[in-house]
Amino acid sequence: MLITPAIVALQLIALSVAGTVLLAAGFAWKILRHWNIHSGSELQLRLERRTYLISTLLGFALGAELLSLLLFAQTAESLSGQFVGAMCATGVLNVNPFGFPTLLLKIALFFLAALWLLLNRVDNRGYDYPLVRVKYGLLLALAPLALLEGAVQTRFFLGLEPEVITSCCGSLFSATGQGVAAELAGLPARPALVLFYAMSGLLLVMELAFRRWPQLGPLFAATNLLAFTVTIAGIVAFLSLYVYENPNHHCPFCLLKAGYDYVGYALYLPLFAATAAGMGAGIIAPFHRIVSLQATIPGEMRHLTGLALTGFGVFYGLATWLILRSNLILLG
Amino acid sequence: MIALHEVSKVFNQGQPNECRALREVSLRLERGGITVFKGPSGSGKTTLLTLIGCLARPTAGRITLDGRLLSNLPERFLTEVRRHTFGFVFQQFNLIRGLTVLDNVMLPAYPLGKPHRELRDGARALLDRFGLGAKADSRVEWLSGGEAQRTALARALINDPAVLIADEPTANLDSALSREVLALLGELATQGRTVLISSHDPLVFEAVQVDRIIELHDGRMVGDSRC
Amino acid sequence: MLLLSQGLRREATLLLQDAPEVVVQKLIAGRHDPLPAAWLDTLRRIRGVSSARGRLWGYYYDPAIKANYTLMVAPERGLAADEIVVGAALARIRQIGVGDYLSLRAADGRPLSLHIVGVLDSASELLGADLLLLSETGFRQLFQLPPEVYTDAVLTVRNPREASTVAGKIALALPASRPILRAEILRTYDAVFHWREGMVFVALGSLLLAFLILAWDKAAGLSAEEKREIGILKAIGWETGDILRMKLWEGTLLSLTAFLVGYLLAWWQVFHGGARLFAPVLKGWAVLYPDFRLTPAVDLQQILVLLAVTVLPYIVATLIPGWRAAIIDPDAAMRG
Repeated sequence: MLITPAIVALQLIALSVAGTVLLAAGFAWKILRHWNIHSGSELQLRLERRTYLISTLLGFALGAELLSLLLFAQTAESLSGQFVGAMCATGVLNVNPFGFPTLLLKIALFFLAALWLLLNRVDNRGYDYPLVRVKYGLLLALAPLALLEGAVQTRFFLGLEPEVITSCCGSLFSATGQGVAAELAGLPARPALVLFYAMSGLLLVMELAFRRWPQLGPLFAATNLLAFTVTIAGIVAFLSLYVYENPNHHCPFCLLKAGYDYVGYALYLPLFAATAAGMGAGIIAPFHRIVSLQATIPGEMRHLTGLALTGFGVFYGLATWLILRSNLILLG
Repeated sequence: MIALHEVSKVFNQGQPNECRALREVSLRLERGGITVFKGPSGSGKTTLLTLIGCLARPTAGRITLDGRLLSNLPERFLTEVRRHTFGFVFQQFNLIRGLTVLDNVMLPAYPLGKPHRELRDGARALLDRFGLGAKADSRVEWLSGGEAQRTALARALINDPAVLIADEPTANLDSALSREVLALLGELATQGRTVLISSHDPLVFEAVQVDRIIELHDGRMVGDSRC
Repeated sequence: MLLLSQGLRREATLLLQDAPEVVVQKLIAGRHDPLPAAWLDTLRRIRGVSSARGRLWGYYYDPAIKANYTLMVAPERGLAADEIVVGAALARIRQIGVGDYLSLRAADGRPLSLHIVGVLDSASELLGADLLLLSETGFRQLFQLPPEVYTDAVLTVRNPREASTVAGKIALALPASRPILRAEILRTYDAVFHWREGMVFVALGSLLLAFLILAWDKAAGLSAEEKREIGILKAIGWETGDILRMKLWEGTLLSLTAFLVGYLLAWWQVFHGGARLFAPVLKGWAVLYPDFRLTPAVDLQQILVLLAVTVLPYIVATLIPGWRAAIIDPDAAMRG
């Protein structure tokens, strides 16, 4: 096991996130059991006041998860010098089987916390707490995930043995390897490129349809999630090649390095924000029939869809610019 | 405009020190005029004002404001209603020490997010109206009792509320200053605001400006007379 | 402390960038021993090795300033037998410069006077601080070293990726040798610094805990006056969320300011003040070098780490007390 300040910090974050989410889940459970909006009893009043604490805790968890996501990628990157075969974050995450699950859990938690806060924001504007059960149900689902993240991350760090010879992005994201990552990398550039841009078209069409028919909300949310996956796949399959100007380097992490002007941050941040906003818009859409939310949801939906579209727009714009700027020619 | 229907308030419900502050009070209050809630201390008049002013929720019963049901609104929305409808003047003035007179007057308006300049101009106008223009930038600790009460009155009016609630407004003032405050409240009532006062000071409920006196005893309404 | 360690790591990386790919040493009974010149021919004949060169270097203890110098032969400088180039820190401490003479005691007891012809620039001082460059004749004279041995040998390898294969062949051809790869050194340095840093960090954890308890206490201990004020604010139209936001802002602003001030102070102390506080732990417990300055640098990861261990816990510690303060009954002001 390694002890570095970054690892200590990450563990500290995981601990505090798990702690706050667990605390929030405990309150959520009480709220689900005793909630009665029509009662003026002191218990109900106490529960209502707890809701402020819970949303604050979740807001904190979201911020911490974002920080942790950034720091995790950075740390994996900086530790790469210590493992034989690791040249960037990919290699470090591959040292043991807990690296990539940790990353995925962090991403999932980030999105779930963002969705929760959005539901909370909408709910707070309905005078009768219309979404209280949905909201705290989701919170109860979120808590085990936060615990799992903490546990998996701990296993990952405990299992970091410097003697382990790991395989790095060169082999994991190589066209000849096996597994999902390799298959992504092995996607021929032309179809991948077509899929990548077709996705942007689909997004646009879905967005227009969603504006017209709000009942398409869940479908729109799913489209956003799909777009997130497709764009990440696109980064692995060809965008990274253009950035590195190397036809065999498929790594999605090296983009975050200073050597590539930190272009990864400019790509990932709008992508994450857009996905969160898009999924949020789709998920709150079905609630627009609730009387106390009729006034708020349409505005919120428009706002979020706009945000999602802007985010994806920035991402696609930057990606296209990177491809055009590159000296690498993949397609004849 | 404000209607109470069999409203009760219980503190520390289900505990040995349970206290029934209000028992099934029903009441209608019309727009305008001064209404005084009178009764000995512990009779429930302050509790009743907190319920009317959306500071607290009744344990049972219904309260409506212009036909809109308030009694089961969450605190968040009660605050929203309170900000726009009610202004408060408290027994101990309740000014915040360390801040200037002007800042104290502007405090209730901060959460509304109005432009700062507009807010400051409004506050200055109010202070001028109550003869405190010169004191705007001095700290509240240095004010006399009468000045403090007028500052509190200006603060209560900054969000231009329809209803002004004053809890024992004369308790800390001598009779000359009490009359001055009553005159100011009367002036506000004639301008169309509804003024609700709780008091056990004879000077208040014998004043000429008062339109209606409601008497409370042990949490029940025992008298309702119009003057 | 993190800044210092990062500075050291950077220095080490800089230093090793120019290091040879493979260094070969001769071992006797597990200890480092001069390497016979005949070995160089053996090494040159190994496939994959493009060149092999013998090096002469060593340490010299100077009782006058109680420090070790690193002595190296620099053939590319073409120094005469009595000429020498000194490191910047050394020149500073001994208060000598170009044109002066530096007197060293040779291994046979005779004083050796050397003419200073240059001072090394201080771009990376950790490396050059205590360095003395001299000629081969001068070196052999000083240490009474026979002419047919070297301290060790450096190899260049045609294909850097095959360095480890070459190392294997060397170990086979010369069983008493120890080949050292550049990548290995780099990894060791990195691990050592990371590890030391981590240990100090954990030790500082108790300090952090104390700080958190203080933060909790400060945020939780609402004075009666403060309670009254919050009650008033709520009564006159502030909402629980407004108070909570105000409280959290207060905490965030406080901790962020503290963080910035602390970071700047630390930055200054490490890069300009010589890091007197933590230097011994990170550089090793013995003072290796007389004096040096690190090249200042700012690192994103480091800032994230520092944020995570200072600002974040502070916010956590003030979350619940802040909320407690915010839920004071709005009618408290009337009932007061």
